[in-house]
Amino acid sequence: MSDFIAQIAERVREHAARKSPLRIRGGGTKDFLGATGAGEPLDLSSYAGIVAYEPRELVLTVRAGTRISDIERALEAEGQMLPFEPPRFGEAATIGGTVACNLSGPRRPYAGAARDFVLGARIVNGKGEDLSFGGRVIKNVAGYDVSRLMAGAFGTLGVLTELSFKVLPRPAAEATLAFEMDEAAMIEAVNRWAGQPLPLSATAWESGVLRVRLSGAASAVAAARAKLGGADVPEGADYWQSLREQALPFFGGDAPLWRLSVAQTAEPLGLTMPQLVEWGGGQRWLRGEAELGPMRDAAQKARGHATRFRGGERTAGVFHPLAPAIAKIHRRLKEAFDPAGILNPGRMDNF
Amino acid sequence: MTLAPSPASRGTVLAALGAVRPPLSVVAEAECLAAFETDAYIQVRETPLAAVLPESEAEVIALVRALAPIGVPVVTRGAGTGISGGAIPHADGVLAVLTRLRAIVRIDAAARLAVVEPGVPNAQVSEAARPAGLHFAPDPSSQVVSTIGGNIAENAGGVHCLKYGLTVHNVLGVRLVDGEGELLEIGGEALDAPGYDLLALVTGSEGNLGLITRATLRLLPRPESTQTVLAAFDTVKAGAEAVGAIIGAGLVPAALEMMDRVVIDACERYMALGLPKADALLLVEVDGGREEAGEALGQVEALLAAAGATEVRVAKDDDERAKLWKSRKGAFAALASVLPDYYTMDGTIPRRALPEVLEAVYALGREYGLTIGNVFHAGDGNMHPCIFYDATKPGEFERSEELGGKILELCIDHGGTITGEHGVGLEKLKQMCLQFREGEIAAFHDVKRVFDPAGILNPGKAVPTLKRCAEWGGMHVRAGRVPRPDIPRF
Ligand SMILES: Cc1cc2nc3c(=O)[nH]c(=O)nc-3n(C[C@H](O)[C@H](O)[C@H](O)COP(=O)(O)OP(=O)(O)OC[C@H]3O[C@@H](n4cnc5c(N)ncnc54)[C@H](O)[C@@H]3O)c2cc1C
Repeated sequence: MSDFIAQIAERVREHAARKSPLRIRGGGTKDFLGATGAGEPLDLSSYAGIVAYEPRELVLTVRAGTRISDIERALEAEGQMLPFEPPRFGEAATIGGTVACNLSGPRRPYAGAARDFVLGARIVNGKGEDLSFGGRVIKNVAGYDVSRLMAGAFGTLGVLTELSFKVLPRPAAEATLAFEMDEAAMIEAVNRWAGQPLPLSATAWESGVLRVRLSGAASAVAAARAKLGGADVPEGADYWQSLREQALPFFGGDAPLWRLSVAQTAEPLGLTMPQLVEWGGGQRWLRGEAELGPMRDAAQKARGHATRFRGGERTAGVFHPLAPAIAKIHRRLKEAFDPAGILNPGRMDNF
Repeated sequence: MTLAPSPASRGTVLAALGAVRPPLSVVAEAECLAAFETDAYIQVRETPLAAVLPESEAEVIALVRALAPIGVPVVTRGAGTGISGGAIPHADGVLAVLTRLRAIVRIDAAARLAVVEPGVPNAQVSEAARPAGLHFAPDPSSQVVSTIGGNIAENAGGVHCLKYGLTVHNVLGVRLVDGEGELLEIGGEALDAPGYDLLALVTGSEGNLGLITRATLRLLPRPESTQTVLAAFDTVKAGAEAVGAIIGAGLVPAALEMMDRVVIDACERYMALGLPKADALLLVEVDGGREEAGEALGQVEALLAAAGATEVRVAKDDDERAKLWKSRKGAFAALASVLPDYYTMDGTIPRRALPEVLEAVYALGREYGLTIGNVFHAGDGNMHPCIFYDATKPGEFERSEELGGKILELCIDHGGTITGEHGVGLEKLKQMCLQFREGEIAAFHDVKRVFDPAGILNPGKAVPTLKRCAEWGGMHVRAGRVPRPDIPRF
């Protein structure tokens, strides 16, 4: 066992014995996300570096404190990428924090989420045990899929120390098209296109303009462009980068940002708030002060869930409440992985 | 430790089932139960106290609620094509056969999803979605019979998962009845759900965490164009290197399948396909838009030639493509012509280790005096060595089993895993003790207890007890001195 992981494990055991909470931290770029947790910081940012990367295997293993920027640089040198296009929200963003929040960018509906590319995870659970789940191969069904369970668990089930991913080649060509259309027409169009063999890799709609990104072989991109029409967006790459990092004007200012993850075909929500719709209709961002109740109702009506993503009241109720039977399973999982309740307690509202 | 339920008498179990209203469809006659005594892991047989064939989700819930209080094991069965023994009955338990739950509830073409009951055979989903130009991507070779419930429970793969993912990547939600008879709605139509990723835990849980009663599946557009190539190589090594070259060139083929000499010869004998004479055949499929697939085909042809292919055949149309696939799809049937009995392994290794591991596999075969044929998903390093034996010769099956165990250890030693898609079931319990340490095994039992506190769902499968690991000596011998410690296990 590496010395660092041994130290982390020791520290967790010590805190477990005292029932003293720990706040797991990578680069701190996602401090805004989730409910406000308590506890002494447990810093993972120094546990950085690529453990193994074999481009021909399409498999990458990294320490959890590795910065996304360093990972992407290494992958780019080999013409590959993290297909889930993780947002960083700051240069210091680490892979551990990204996976813990299961954060995925514009490519998500067409390529998959962070959780889809996780092949293995080494964790320190709340009892201070150093455990390895999954593996470094693309197909592996030995044991329950605990590594994917860690994606989106916000560190409440274990401290992520090392992670393995499936990576993919970067597309040879990319193009961005723009269309003027209203929200209902946009929802219809992006879903219709997703049902056709087109190289879609992102969609975003705001203020009556739909932008669509195409990625793939040059010939495929050219053919799809001819088929879809629309106007060419020469600075497309910048747009998607700003969307991914929430640097577009839509995301500016202090008004609370709501994330509604809904059925891609759900009708327009009809809320009178500024809105940006991406993920082929599946991820709808809204800005402004609002009561929890109506936002959750709107999400539920659209067969999804609501998160207070940024800003606003953050002590509780950040995430959508769970059905009682699902909450039962959550309570027991938390109890099993972190019986002393010391790992990021409260970060996921009740867990 | 998962509690082993103390057996309830046959009378008590039948009475509990008989008390359920409206009445369940119960099979308890020995002759009828014989149909369910094994799955495709035919080396083990067991007769349950009874089998129940629920006709609705409500009946599944009623069944579990009737048995949970008296601690009776419940083993779920789909089509029974599982290869690791997951659906083999428990002698003191009840078999829940879900094949009557076979409604395709709806195909939503606009949303590209299918809502189905668990007993629907995999291929029927794609058939139903075909008019909308869509399909369900996971395509295990057993797809005509194996059920969606079984596919999810095993996280089934197929020949197209390098590009389109495994079952876990293509399921949006499930409804699951847990070990307490409570219905869990996990996931749904949105791309993610609040809270922990329970869908990931349930996928591949081999009937241990709950009974899947409904699934929402992601459908993908059928590719506009598909190109299929068959290439022959003088050595397995050359074929394996060609696979690396194709992926290294930035291509992600829809399929990359390989067969060795034993399998080629068996196919030829069985189907007379006129396959090239070779030590290894590689089947490569690329798809996408017409232009894209055409472009990729050109690249693949060039790479195959550069890698030393002795012959390259490109399918000109669907008929020819079907012909090229016939060898791969019919391989397992053809293999039965080598010897009536064979045992299929399912390890995965990092692809670069393929030549070395295959060499070692053949050497083991020679050492044990047993023939081994290899047909595998080369693109993702998932090997299916088939060990041939003659069940009528005393001791031969046991030898094949021992040899199989050695092959799995070889996979672990090379940084791989003991199962890529077939599951652990009863078959690979022993090797689980080698792949994982005590802490991970204990964590798996914890996960099981979360969904099934009394341990009634498929007890004794998928995860070995720590006690058995200790008895087998697996963990003890290896603890602290894992072979090749330079290769991390996760
Ligand atoms: C010829 C042949 C080829 C095959 N090819 C492939 C292949 O290419 N790829 C691959 O991955 N597999 C393959 N398999 C293995 C097998 O077909 C798959 O594992 C399949 O998913 C099993 O489905 P089933 O309906 O037959 O499940 P069963 O065998 O009935 O059950 C399998 C497991 O799932 C559980 N289960 C079944 N239904 C449910 C449910 N509704 N809820 C909860 N648990 C459930 C059972 O308890 C058991 O543990 C092949 C098998 C054969 C015989």
